Amino acid sequence: MLKRKKRNEAIENALADMARHKGGGSEFIQRMLRNKTGMIGTCICFVLIILCAGAPIFTKWDPYEQSLASKFILPNMEHIMGTDDFGRDLWCRLLYGGRYSLLIALGSAVISTVAGLVLGSCAGYFGGKTDLIITRFLDIIQAIPGLLLAIAISSALGSGPFNTMLAIAIGNIAGGARIMRSTVLSIRGNEFVEAAKATGSRDARIIFVHILPNTIAPLAINASMGIGGSIGAISGLSFIGLGVQPPTPEWGSILAVGKTYIRDFWPIVLFPALFIALTIFGFNLFGDALRDALDPKMRD
Amino acid sequence: MGELLRVEHLKKYFKTPGGMLHAVDDVSFSINKGETLGVVGESGCGKSTLGRVVLKLIDQTDGKIIYNGKDITNISKNENVELRKSMQIIFQDPYSSLNPRKKVSELIADPLKTFRMYNKEERQSRVYELMDMVGLSRRFADSYPHELDGGRRQRIGVARALSLDPEFIVCDEPVSALDVSIQAQILNLLQDLQEARNLTYIFVTHDLSVVRHISTDILVMYIGVMVEKCRAKELFKAPLHPYTKGLLSAIPVANIDHEKKRVVLQGELTSPIEPKNECRFAARCPYVTPKCREAMPELEEITPGHVVACHNVREINGL
Amino acid sequence: MSLLEIRNLSIHFVSHKQDIAAVNGVDLTIEKGKTMGLVGETGAGKTTTALGILNLIQKPQGRFLSGEIIYKGRDLLKLSEDEMRKVRGKEISMIFQDPMTALNPILPVGEQIAEVIRLHEKCSDAEAEKKSLQMLEMVGIRAERSGEYPHQFSGGMKQRVVIAIALACNPSFLIADEPTTALDVTIQAQVLEMMADLRNRFGTSMLLITHDLGIVAENCDDVAIMYAGEIIEIGTLERIFHNPKHPYTLGLFGSIPSLDKDEDRLHPIPGLMPDPAALPRGCKFHERCDRACEACSELIQELVEIEPGHKVRCHRVVKGEI
Repeated sequence: MLKRKKRNEAIENALADMARHKGGGSEFIQRMLRNKTGMIGTCICFVLIILCAGAPIFTKWDPYEQSLASKFILPNMEHIMGTDDFGRDLWCRLLYGGRYSLLIALGSAVISTVAGLVLGSCAGYFGGKTDLIITRFLDIIQAIPGLLLAIAISSALGSGPFNTMLAIAIGNIAGGARIMRSTVLSIRGNEFVEAAKATGSRDARIIFVHILPNTIAPLAINASMGIGGSIGAISGLSFIGLGVQPPTPEWGSILAVGKTYIRDFWPIVLFPALFIALTIFGFNLFGDALRDALDPKMRD
Repeated sequence: MGELLRVEHLKKYFKTPGGMLHAVDDVSFSINKGETLGVVGESGCGKSTLGRVVLKLIDQTDGKIIYNGKDITNISKNENVELRKSMQIIFQDPYSSLNPRKKVSELIADPLKTFRMYNKEERQSRVYELMDMVGLSRRFADSYPHELDGGRRQRIGVARALSLDPEFIVCDEPVSALDVSIQAQILNLLQDLQEARNLTYIFVTHDLSVVRHISTDILVMYIGVMVEKCRAKELFKAPLHPYTKGLLSAIPVANIDHEKKRVVLQGELTSPIEPKNECRFAARCPYVTPKCREAMPELEEITPGHVVACHNVREINGL
Repeated sequence: MSLLEIRNLSIHFVSHKQDIAAVNGVDLTIEKGKTMGLVGETGAGKTTTALGILNLIQKPQGRFLSGEIIYKGRDLLKLSEDEMRKVRGKEISMIFQDPMTALNPILPVGEQIAEVIRLHEKCSDAEAEKKSLQMLEMVGIRAERSGEYPHQFSGGMKQRVVIAIALACNPSFLIADEPTTALDVTIQAQVLEMMADLRNRFGTSMLLITHDLGIVAENCDDVAIMYAGEIIEIGTLERIFHNPKHPYTLGLFGSIPSLDKDEDRLHPIPGLMPDPAALPRGCKFHERCDRACEACSELIQELVEIEPGHKVRCHRVVKGEI
């Protein structure tokens, strides 16, 4: 009996030591690495970012240089994705264009998520008048169709990548804020929030330490979905001449221009669409993996 | 043994769409240091609200709370935060009362961090000390709450409440969510801690056998009002209020030789929203008289230390 | 005469990760017109046993490894799904623990009762409706309220509706899974009193699942104590309450605070329920048992009758060592 107890104790202590050596940060990375679909998503995002950031290394062409002699060339060894209506290399334009598309999409996702997080958590946590004012404000934003709002904002601010980013971000705030608000409301009802109050925590500490970490899951999903939507919105703005202006390469605007030639020349539509789809796919998988890795309940 | 807490005519009303909800309506009592006041009642009787108002976690509507000789009824926010060091709460649900994203050691250390007490190493050793105190093996320090069972989770809740070394703890149904054998472990733990640290408890529960076991005094609540309060043993030996009688006779007893005449109370709890000015128990009381419908009965000390709120208490009990 | 006989029932939940042994070789006989109390803590396998009787185990994870459930001479586990549907609700009914979620929130309660009657009995809508009103009155709810929705009823009233649904087709066997756990004591007393009254009137047999020995003492004829998927002690109410033998049963009794005796400390059972995915060898209780000996960790003990109407699964009790 005793012997067995001692043995059990030794095993337990060893297990405890093992557990202690697993630090927080490395544990997170390990869990990210173990998630297969998540890794695929992370790789896609990573490769896309590297390709776009290092565009000059991966292509010898210039995204702006026109050559009417070589327009509408089908993919070959020289132009792996063919050329567009001005004879510019499509692969090159897509890589350079990704710099704008990804930056604007990521940037607007970050801005709208942060703004939504602040507004939503304040509304959800403080309730009462704060909630009323913030939700009415969100109602106003949501009453205007997203693209229309983006059009209004970017025509007021003028075109250009940064303004486009801002315009799209503002339109996306309401959705994120609402998700945030309802999540915070449900978490606020838990007794551990009351427990934090009972142990003397002030509001800021309760929000940042106890509530926000528990809202990551819906927020991560919302943000990763938002990236896809943003790319669509950018192209929409570009199409009506408000977003990124030609000849600046941008996935949406390339796609928008290409639409005219869809019957006669498929690469100009297929490849930008493929890049956009890959990005959305990659970020969604990445968002899911992020949520799982941050959730201690998924720990095995 | 001095008086630690005195509550006078405490009221807490909530605004609801249907009108004022009288969650706590004129409750008065006092607790001596090192003793336990059991608060019993059925769901919705305001017992949990009472615990939270006494702790100043929510503000009272009216009344007075005197703690350690000091009136804490209208203290400032800063004073309230300071008060947390001496008043704590243990929650009912060991699942929702622990932040799922924090490890056990972080959960227990959280109050210490809030008050910036100790440095990191000292805090760690304090956490271990608390884990030993509540009988939680140190190997769980890096576990997350969902990896532990209800009993162990409740021990975390106890450790967290003890971390600031309080002298007064409100236990809000701390064992209701646990299995009987685990329930007994936690009850013993609470009693041991009380003895070792001279703690004072308010023990809120619906379980009468638990409350009898752990309390010095018992206060019975019915829809926001207190109907009876006396020494624990006396309440079980000689309950005076008809509601208490019904409540006691409703408990199933795990003894087949136990002879009892059962008075099954008919009807259900009436609404606490905008209650009429009558005895709240009148609708279910087997002894109801016209007098009961005319006014709310006042609390009256029938025998020394035994207060009852019932118009007909003397007639019913042949006193 | 026995109405329902469970023989050597084993139910496991198997996933790619683990094999959870929820019920391990349960034998249980319920006599006609009698109430059997099934007592145990969370995870003891009480509810799984009950769902097993109705063949409602979630598949494909849930698997019957062995066993027969003989009801009125037929093995329920051999019936087809169609035949089984005719048994559920008509022959055997079940009352669940949580009345809040057991009712459909968008249907009036009278309609919900009538639905069961229409399902199992060849009768017109008008007859079914009439019967549903009778059922409501029987469980102490005024018939006028049949058009109301579940949210308009309190918890105790909802549980009455659930009971009315369960009894609507005059089943001969009723399974009640913690029927009053979600209710207040005074309401619990009302509901239990009503159930006892109905049982007496219709001669329904019942399996009452509970963790509360008090409820068992006041409502059952026989008691079975379950631990880690096994029945560790079974017998008539008197035998179990006057002469409990198994250390776990004794532990359960020691854990309840008494209402009429003064005791300074309770005597809880140390430790926790074993993990059903990794049950200990030998006696499943030996790790928590204060009377365990070396042999307990190896020996697998069967239920043995130690006196008429009283069986225990503990080799030390059987050998007379305890």
